Amino acid sequence: MGGLDTHLTGQAVDGLVSLSCQMEASRIFALPLADVEAAILELGLCPARYQRNRQTISFAGQLALLRSSVAVIGCGGLGGYVIEELARLGVGTIHAVDPDVFEEHNLNRQLFCTVANLGEAKVTAAARRVGEINPAVRLVPHRRGFCGENGRELLQGVTAAVDALDNMATRSVLAAFCGELGIPLVHGAIAGWYGQVAVQLPGDDISGFLTGAGNSAKGVETRLGNPSFTPGVVGSLQVAATCKALLGVGGAGGRLLIGNLLEMEFEEIGP
Amino acid sequence: MRVTVKLFASFRDGRTPVETCEYPPGSMVADVVAQKGIPVAEIGIMLVNCRHVQLERELADGDLLAIFPLLGGG
Repeated sequence: MGGLDTHLTGQAVDGLVSLSCQMEASRIFALPLADVEAAILELGLCPARYQRNRQTISFAGQLALLRSSVAVIGCGGLGGYVIEELARLGVGTIHAVDPDVFEEHNLNRQLFCTVANLGEAKVTAAARRVGEINPAVRLVPHRRGFCGENGRELLQGVTAAVDALDNMATRSVLAAFCGELGIPLVHGAIAGWYGQVAVQLPGDDISGFLTGAGNSAKGVETRLGNPSFTPGVVGSLQVAATCKALLGVGGAGGRLLIGNLLEMEFEEIGP
Repeated sequence: MRVTVKLFASFRDGRTPVETCEYPPGSMVADVVAQKGIPVAEIGIMLVNCRHVQLERELADGDLLAIFPLLGGG
């Protein structure tokens, strides 16, 4: 890597290495963009795309994000925002899990759904979008529904998981797997003006938040729908929580935050 | 006995958000839910004095019951 380090150091301007320099180094040294990005950060330099991250996330933290692998279970309203923000944040590997294709009723809120890609698999659109915004990030598409039979395999080797599902039964299966495997889980759910987020770190148990009094598969979203802004708010809170779990900073484990965007009220519930 | 019932999110539609009412001794959470006309299938979390409870929980004078709807969309 000596030649690469010398090359990158020579290309840096005010401690920043531009994307074009990063891509050129990738070609010259026949290395994946992610490896060049790691080399830049290890030199104490900053890929220029992350210069506005620097005051919030240290180079060591940015490197930890690059080496992280996050499974996003569900690529609809929440999952779209979560994947977009994880890719911009610089999480190195994203496993996107969803069996569905885009339909017209997804256009009101699902970030990757466009008129042109109706009928396309959600995970395929997610991979294309991530390639457009951060080519150093690897998005692995899994066009499957997460379930008890494939859960362990889909979570193999991931650093954290994000619950962006749309039914309670699968949420409970995911939370149980994450608990068993010691994987931090960031739960999110939405309905109308309302949304909730909870973090299950290893040792926490948020299963009590995921089962309704009537053991219903769906919640009040079947009556209230899901407008554009609720998944944006909740998905962003989930990414903030995921970032903290990956970096080992901040708090929030085991508690549930419920937001009411109609009255602009937030409630916190303990385990 | 007097119980304060606090409703959240969509459960406030057409109902008083916070109300202290008189209930017969021995009343359970399920009785309050029925009196408020809340469908059980829509209920997520129920707390009495900030602790998680089930529908069968018997209420006591001075209790604060909080009821949240089940949010399940993604």
